[in-house]
Amino acid sequence: SNSSLESNLEGLAGVLEADLPNYKSKILRILCTVARLLPEKLTVYTTLVGLLNARNYNFAMIRQLKECLKVNMYNEAVHLVRFLSDLVNCHVIAAPSMVAMFENFVSVTQEEDVPQVRCDWYMFAFLSSLPWVGKELYEKKDAEMDRLLSQTESYLKRRQKIHVPMLQVWTADKPHPQEEVSELYYLDCLWSQIQKLKKDRWQERHILRPYLAFDSILCEALQHNLPPFTPPPHTEDSVYPMPRVIFRMFDYTDDPEGPVMPGSHSVERFVIEENLHCIIKSHWKERKTCAAQLLSYPGNNKIPLNYHIVEVIFAELFQLPSPPHIEVMYTTLLIELCKLQPGSLPQVLAQATEMLYMRLDTMNTTCVDRFINWFSHHLSNFQFRGSWEDWSDCLTQDLEKPKPKFVREVLEKCMRLSYHQRIIDIVPASFSVLSPANPVCIYKYGDESNRSLPGYTVALCLTIAIKNKASNDEIFSILKDVPNPNQDDDDDEGFTFNPLKIEVFVQTLLHLAAKSFSHSFSALAKFHEVFKTLAESDEGKLHVLRVVYEVWKNHPQMIAVLVDKMIRTQIVDCAAVANWIFSSELAHDFTRFYIWEILHSTIRKMNKHVLKIHKELEETKARLARQHKRRDSDDDDDDDDRSSDREDGPLEEQIERLQEKVESAQSEQKNLFLVIFQRFIMLLTEHLVRCETGGIDVFTPWYKSCIERLQQIFLQHHQIIQQYMVTLENLLFTAELDHHILAVFQQFCALQA
Amino acid sequence: AMAVSGTLSILRSDSYADLSQYRDQHFRGTRYDQERLLRKSCTLYVGNLSFYTTEEQIHELFGKSGDIKKVIMGLDKVKKTACGFCFVEYYARGDAENAMRYINGTRLDDRIIRTDWDAGFKEGRQYGRGRSGGQVRDEYRQDYDAGRGGYGKTVQCQ
Repeated sequence: SNSSLESNLEGLAGVLEADLPNYKSKILRILCTVARLLPEKLTVYTTLVGLLNARNYNFAMIRQLKECLKVNMYNEAVHLVRFLSDLVNCHVIAAPSMVAMFENFVSVTQEEDVPQVRCDWYMFAFLSSLPWVGKELYEKKDAEMDRLLSQTESYLKRRQKIHVPMLQVWTADKPHPQEEVSELYYLDCLWSQIQKLKKDRWQERHILRPYLAFDSILCEALQHNLPPFTPPPHTEDSVYPMPRVIFRMFDYTDDPEGPVMPGSHSVERFVIEENLHCIIKSHWKERKTCAAQLLSYPGNNKIPLNYHIVEVIFAELFQLPSPPHIEVMYTTLLIELCKLQPGSLPQVLAQATEMLYMRLDTMNTTCVDRFINWFSHHLSNFQFRGSWEDWSDCLTQDLEKPKPKFVREVLEKCMRLSYHQRIIDIVPASFSVLSPANPVCIYKYGDESNRSLPGYTVALCLTIAIKNKASNDEIFSILKDVPNPNQDDDDDEGFTFNPLKIEVFVQTLLHLAAKSFSHSFSALAKFHEVFKTLAESDEGKLHVLRVVYEVWKNHPQMIAVLVDKMIRTQIVDCAAVANWIFSSELAHDFTRFYIWEILHSTIRKMNKHVLKIHKELEETKARLARQHKRRDSDDDDDDDDRSSDREDGPLEEQIERLQEKVESAQSEQKNLFLVIFQRFIMLLTEHLVRCETGGIDVFTPWYKSCIERLQQIFLQHHQIIQQYMVTLENLLFTAELDHHILAVFQQFCALQA
Repeated sequence: AMAVSGTLSILRSDSYADLSQYRDQHFRGTRYDQERLLRKSCTLYVGNLSFYTTEEQIHELFGKSGDIKKVIMGLDKVKKTACGFCFVEYYARGDAENAMRYINGTRLDDRIIRTDWDAGFKEGRQYGRGRSGGQVRDEYRQDYDAGRGGYGKTVQCQ
């Protein structure tokens, strides 16, 4: 309660004041840290600072601010700025000096040749402090503030916005009837909120301001001026926060019985959302604490808190390019919240789910992925209880449409977390068309009726041999007899690409090892030599993948783990997987979720591999440097110069080898991305040409899915792809390309421009 | 100053990823060695599984916190069938920590499962240590658990 908070503050201030002379630096350090890391409680701590009237406090904070900006810690920098501005309310900092700092922030927008995201951040740091201090600053310096606000307006008008659609959860070509839920770029949203705040004469009623109770004491204190603050210049190492949009699901119509939700253009909405995001950021590792802190956010009876919490959590979960925290955290957090509020939160969550389902047609594919993962995992914690009948509208639609597709993917994921019969049991019979296939293996040589197939007898031989614990050599000798359908004259060595050999071996082995993942992994390990030999060529690799698919097409999870294992044991390489995914054999499954899970997992492995070797190289270089340093320091006994050179030798050799390894890995990585982009361009161009000549609408469900998958590649791996901009511009995304495809590239370029 | 420091320690708190009180009594080595291994381990012990839970289900659930290196199913020493526990090894410790934070204490096959740090798989540790071949906890328990063979072994023998 307010009065107990006030008396606590008074008591605490008294205690600290006694300590201050002795522990000043420690207390200042703690208060600085709190300002950076506990922004949701900032007004409590600014009041404390005011009561202490600690001198030199703001110097320490400015120094912290500079440090944060130098190391790209922008979240924390914003919190520090906000803390400083609230200190104006506590009469610790003089208003004019705060306005001067904001003038320096806004003047960043006049800098030339700097990324727009830099200007965006400084603008955000200024605007986002205004809910706290706008009133006070306007009262003391209205002319200056008016100037700042009009500079803000003209900046927002002239900045470019072409990248915004890439970040939206819902595509905008079918605008929502409710304007309340359109997704604005975060700065534009904040600007509309500040404009409204100004119109309301800066009256802000949501923020808890303990210092108001102590106004008479605080007024008497001597105010300090902030030291002048110049924003650190832009450098090559500066990495500014990614642009984002404000995701909204709910508005005032959504909780008819409870308190009214503040409007989307109200500053209250901004403050609530900021504070809830901050709570998650503070406590993400401790799910019970996080849930409790969210639910005890003040103002519970004046705002529909459960709705805000659910909205903020989904905003993070659906954030593009990536959520701030690992996806599974949000699932578990929502479960904790349901445990703490069993009578109210599950209903809000059900409402949210329904709302998201209704809007699937325009939902970004990446966000649909996350929705599928969340919903299936959530259901698995609640006995898969769902009112599937409510969604029977999807049964009448084409299976490729977003709604039936979503239900299919959810059911498939639910099956992975349980078992096939369970899923058949939980859905109504009418949903069987959307139910996943029974994940059994398909062995083409299984039946006697297949004995006319080429390779059938060899398959039988292999089966017996493997069951009798044959060695790799024995397998090779059995396979020697398999004719090569591609060649007229057999190569004696028999090690050139022979699709039939691959087919017979892989089909038989996978069939024998079908019992579990572990069985299959053991099989891959035991016959690694055979695999490596058969898959030596690029065509060999591609064919192995094809056969794996043929055997396990009913069990996408098995395909994924086998592909993962084969990459890790170098039976296939990443480029082969990419080519396989875009091959015509997989066209039927191209829009299925598991395909993209495999592709992104493949890219991630490639990225991790490059980082690992790079790290090894840096570590070895450091070892060499240390060795030199040691030698230089014992230079006095340098009678044996030759021996020290000899010591360097092996390390230097190692560094050279690692350098080569790094270069080759980086080149493989670049090649992977180029292959992927190339294949996308081919596929999309084919579709666009076909539509144009046939006079049909380009925007089919397949097209939406495909173009958003291309966007997803850019967004999810943007840091790495940035390195290839020149190649991409000159080689692939040239001006001759269809404008639909080029637009994706241009939007990406605009992201960090 | 203490009150404010207390707040800061809350921010650093990571109780789900901390070591539990449990120490494997069969571990060969000193307590110190064991704890050192636990603190850098990428392997988790997973308990309270149903006997029917498959490697595939475990892979799907635990894959949500990162790439899995290996799943080793716990087996009844006599029957060589699943007896309700397993080991999950990740490539990266951070992924195992996230499993401790977000998968521990949630449901798999409708059962609340429990995860704990493991010092590392060694051959032989995949077997239950109960007298009848399963896990010790299934020897003496009095309740009926359909997913774990019904009544405890001692009760069954009565």
